[in-house]
Amino acid sequence: MAARRFLRNRVSVFAAAVLFVIIVASLLSPIIARHDPDKQYRREGLRAGMPIGPTDQFWLGTDGLGRDMFSRLLYGARVSLGIGLAASALAVVIGVLVGSTAGLLGGWVDAMLMRIVDVVISLPSLFIILLFVSIYKPGLFITIAVIALLGWASVSRVFRAEVIAIRERDFITAARSLGASLPHIFGKHILPHLMPLILVSIGLSVPAAIFAEASLSFLGLGVPPPTPTWGGMMQTGIQYYRLSPAQVLLPGMALVTTVVCFNLLGSGLRDALDPSMRNL
Amino acid sequence: MAGFLLRRTLFILLTMLAASGIAFILTFASGDPATMLVPRREGEIPDPEIVAQFREQYGLDQPLPVQYVRYVEQLLQGNLGTSLYYRRPVRDLFVDKFPNTLLLAVLAVITALVIGLPVGALAAVRRNTLTDRIIVIICAVLIAVPAFLLALVLVFFAAFQWKLLPMSGTGSPGHLVLPVFSVALPLAAGYVLLLRTNMLNQVNSDYARTARAKGLLAKLVAIRHVLPNALIPVATVVSLDFAYLLTGIVLVESVFSYPGIGLQALQAVRNRDVPVVMATVLLGSLLIGIGSLAADLVIARLDPRIRLRG
Repeated sequence: MAARRFLRNRVSVFAAAVLFVIIVASLLSPIIARHDPDKQYRREGLRAGMPIGPTDQFWLGTDGLGRDMFSRLLYGARVSLGIGLAASALAVVIGVLVGSTAGLLGGWVDAMLMRIVDVVISLPSLFIILLFVSIYKPGLFITIAVIALLGWASVSRVFRAEVIAIRERDFITAARSLGASLPHIFGKHILPHLMPLILVSIGLSVPAAIFAEASLSFLGLGVPPPTPTWGGMMQTGIQYYRLSPAQVLLPGMALVTTVVCFNLLGSGLRDALDPSMRNL
Repeated sequence: MAGFLLRRTLFILLTMLAASGIAFILTFASGDPATMLVPRREGEIPDPEIVAQFREQYGLDQPLPVQYVRYVEQLLQGNLGTSLYYRRPVRDLFVDKFPNTLLLAVLAVITALVIGLPVGALAAVRRNTLTDRIIVIICAVLIAVPAFLLALVLVFFAAFQWKLLPMSGTGSPGHLVLPVFSVALPLAAGYVLLLRTNMLNQVNSDYARTARAKGLLAKLVAIRHVLPNALIPVATVVSLDFAYLLTGIVLVESVFSYPGIGLQALQAVRNRDVPVVMATVLLGSLLIGIGSLAADLVIARLDPRIRLRG
């Protein structure tokens, strides 16, 4: 039923298709891309350190170091999307665990966990992120961890409310009176009900994670070069921006397209799973 | 009400304490400020004696917990410490830079409201027409553009192509236009979508149907009855946005070399300038606390169904 409702929403289906193409293309990048994304093609007669426009060999031209833009965009999609998905999945997993614990146990555990959530939500997150990356060498895993560590709190509020609602239903009372333990009830009876919401939460938090990664890389504090990421490409492109705006705008367009699609997909999924939340 | 305010104030203080504690541990884990900041010539290894002297001078030779307690003590007396890098009181740095950020944030929120509210109301009144569709599509794209990318696009056209506006720095009102719009447009897009959704949800409510049944024109009902109610959630989001803006303008300030607290914080992180980083984090959590408090007060004031519990 939910699947049929989703398929009737043409905009979301289209967004899902675009995302599918982007993800498949990035996974197949060694086959599609004709060049090594890190290889610097310096050619005679070219002024050193100048990007070139599209040619037969370089479909979208090269960057200032003579690296193929098309290959870098494709490989960059792997890193940017990978970080976005991994960070939001991690944030949602932490959020579900904390929220469910608070919702199931209630009492002082609930009160304590929710105060911690309140504090984390009120932290000026970008500054904390900046501090983190200034300590540990910027890299893939620290970027994922930091984005997730600041993103789980708002997710956990949603899941706490959901678990409290489920907790009161008859089948839980039945399971309890049969003597089932709390972990068993959570795993067997509550988690399956949370699955759709988990999916929606991941979809809706990917854009923020992609933004965070791009901002960090743009400040030179994300995944270090030469690894291609969209934010990092914009950062290297900016020195040629006046002469060759494509250096910044191509990765920018890739990022905006991806984020728009995730937003549309996320709201489409939410509407399909819970039509009462649908907003015209 | 008084109990509510007291509890929230205590909570803001608690958050600031937590934030400063985290920031304190993180900045010290990131490297010894003394070895980085002691004056020396390029490529020279600093004299250990001078480093030791620097440490002693700024109290960096004490154990971390002692330093933190001392920091909090100073804080309670209104002293934010001395910048290790600029050798000036941190408060003076903020007195210089904070008004710039505040100006940018205030102008951006006002611009976003001036653009966002009429457009959002228009889209709702003209629901499912071409106008509505175009507005929604533009806004859906705009909220997906990071502010720094929008800043770069605006720079390309307004500063490079048409040579209308200066690219970076400060000095004239023209210098503010691009930073303000880079921050304001994504915000405005968010307000448009929020207001539109709220209005469409309210159009079918009982009070709106009653008003129409009494013979009022549908458009008049939309503007006189539905709009004020639909504005309440927007007011909440605005007060929250305002607080996050003050802390989150970092990237736009860095694109435009705009001398605000965001750019200052970025440099301070790179320089391991502990007191400046700490003060920024404290200010940030204070502003977020005030913003969410303001949001709750605004709702309680506008929506008589909501009562604040102490």
